[in-house]
Amino acid sequence: MGFPDRIERTIEIAHPPAKVWAALTTAEGLASWFGNQASIDLRPGGSAQLKWTEGHTADMRVERVEEPTVFGFTWHIYGLPEDDPRRTYVEFTLEQVGAATRLTVVESGFAQLSDDVHGKAHDGNTGGWASELAELVDYLDAA
Amino acid sequence: MPPDIEAIAEQVFAALADPSRRAILAVLATGGPVTATEIAARLPITRQAIAKHLALLADAGLVTAEPGERRRVRYRLRSAPMQVAAQFLAALARDWDGPLDALKDHLDKVPDKPASRRPGPS
Repeated sequence: MGFPDRIERTIEIAHPPAKVWAALTTAEGLASWFGNQASIDLRPGGSAQLKWTEGHTADMRVERVEEPTVFGFTWHIYGLPEDDPRRTYVEFTLEQVGAATRLTVVESGFAQLSDDVHGKAHDGNTGGWASELAELVDYLDAA
Repeated sequence: MPPDIEAIAEQVFAALADPSRRAILAVLATGGPVTATEIAARLPITRQAIAKHLALLADAGLVTAEPGERRRVRYRLRSAPMQVAAQFLAALARDWDGPLDALKDHLDKVPDKPASRRPGPS
């Protein structure tokens, strides 16, 4: 099946890295292509937030700031409970190619496993409840 | 043996591929723990079929049976495997192509501002 852990995209942008960097790492830049509103405290450990007019919000934590080549942040995995500690890591890498920029974005960590996935409930129940359920089937068949 | 995230996701998607099991899981998700009899009252599925599906779902670790007298055993959804499936879907649903296209369009509209950078080596 192949559980996707990592997503990667590379695009060529006909502008120098400094300009791309500003679009990725300033509130003004982020709000003009990514979200509709943005705030960012550009330092490792700093907070950033994107807001969309539809009402959706994304809270990010800045992880890497190496102007103008690497910008990394983590954010929540969509679909998991708000208090789930798992986050994916997003890293933008900017590489100058002539007057242009090769921009790569890698998002990784989708396949992290939480400790409780195969907790007691699974290990303990599989055997015991199989027999209970067999009895249940008998009971229902007789009903 | 370490848990196999791919095997867990496969069990969730296999369970969801069957409309009866989907309906049973939806009942458990929306209404909380219920007995097999209560599920039978809500769905157009025979009690025998419900018992069979519950056994399969319990074996896969997707539902657990709460301890209790046999007829009153209540089944509860286990959220952990569902969250694994949600992670899989999150990866498929992540759209970087759209935002990256928007980034390109944005940069084409913004004038270059070389003056904002300090001249010469720092």
